[in-house]
Amino acid sequence: MAQAEIDVEKASKEQILYASVLEKGMYIGLLALFVTFLIYVSGILELRIPMEDLPAYWQMSASDYLHAANIESGWGWVKLLGYGDFLNFVGIAFLAAVTIICYLSIIPTLLKKNDYVYTVLALLEAAILILAASGLLAAGH
Amino acid sequence: MKKWGGILFVLFCTLLLFVTLSNSAFAADPNVAADPTAEHAWWFWPLVLFVVTFLMGIFAVLGGVGGGVLYVPIISGFFPFHLDFVRGAGLLVALTGALAAGPGLLKSSLASLRLAIPVALIASTCAIIGAMIGLALPTNIVQIFLGVVILCICVLMLTAKKSTFPDVQQSDKLSSALRIYGVYYEDSLGKDIDWKIHRTPIGLFLFVGVGVMAGMFGLGAGWANVPVLNLVMGAPLKISVATSKFLLSITDTSAAWIYLNKGCVIPLMVVPSVVGIMLGSFVGVRLLKIAKPNLIRWMVIAILGFAGLKALLKGLGVG
Repeated sequence: MAQAEIDVEKASKEQILYASVLEKGMYIGLLALFVTFLIYVSGILELRIPMEDLPAYWQMSASDYLHAANIESGWGWVKLLGYGDFLNFVGIAFLAAVTIICYLSIIPTLLKKNDYVYTVLALLEAAILILAASGLLAAGH
Repeated sequence: MKKWGGILFVLFCTLLLFVTLSNSAFAADPNVAADPTAEHAWWFWPLVLFVVTFLMGIFAVLGGVGGGVLYVPIISGFFPFHLDFVRGAGLLVALTGALAAGPGLLKSSLASLRLAIPVALIASTCAIIGAMIGLALPTNIVQIFLGVVILCICVLMLTAKKSTFPDVQQSDKLSSALRIYGVYYEDSLGKDIDWKIHRTPIGLFLFVGVGVMAGMFGLGAGWANVPVLNLVMGAPLKISVATSKFLLSITDTSAAWIYLNKGCVIPLMVVPSVVGIMLGSFVGVRLLKIAKPNLIRWMVIAILGFAGLKALLKGLGVG
């Protein structure tokens, strides 16, 4: 038997499932990141912030940048997806969401194994990550 | 062999040269804050960023450190980007690297999901708190703390011991209850190794600090994860390194969302950095076979020490 197969047998069912969801999500996220960046730099779509203006913004704090560029914090970028620069956030947000999808995907397997402790831990982790992603946790300078 | 040693030396000098040049390009223009576009076109800094992160990717692999720990102090110390954006990009760089490595590590049983889940819950919750603290504090204070933390990491890298197969006589009650144990194939011995852990409550408590620092500074936290998993909790070194890398994909996700929601992400910084580090890592893995680990490790510590000192001085307003 090949070493890779033996190693896969050593990993639990939920671990293999997590790995497989993570792998697919990672490839989709990276592809989205690169494609949207190519669209951005090629100038196919109109930009919300012209590239020439960026050096003035990237020296500001994030809160000053949002204020100066008139951009909403949180999920405000979704409204700007028609612009080439903000289209990039699709890939970035997807990569940041992959782990949440992985956690949610292993819960049925954990439940089937009657592993209630890890089911609760996985649910809690997913809830924490969803809370972080929600934009409800505000902080700033 | 000598040829490759020469190539590595040239790469190291190139990295230093780029970092120094970028610093002088930034410092040479006293009006840079008032008129940042006067000196360079918009593409100048993203291009330099790409080259530096490419070289960083090579040295991160060869030096056995994560890209994030090199990225934040070097880019914040020598580039004109605000620390908020550097931390946001640093987290995404570390996150992408961890996501890319995760599937292979989990499938090979080197990373343990059972060990990672409870640890990640604590670390990711604390990373959110760290990110919120980091974004609420004045930038110069965060920069000072960053410099101190980086210099401490240098000391840790110089002094920390590693234990390939820690002697764990008996699992503690918590790890037994959570059934945290496993088996993996050890290539060097040609046999399966059974492992278990101990001192789980202490280890979990230490991850509170690890999570806060990861979120506050936007650093990948492999430098702290590995000693806690290996030396405190007694996981074998390979399991510790692999689980640590996988853990970053969870810890950095929580902090990355906070930075993303606070507007700390500029795609023109993030994508060249992610691509640069990834390409550099591919080259680094190829060079790994012929590189002298000790020499590279010293080079990485030197770069890190230099960047840490720069961050500290910048925070104090003298750099």
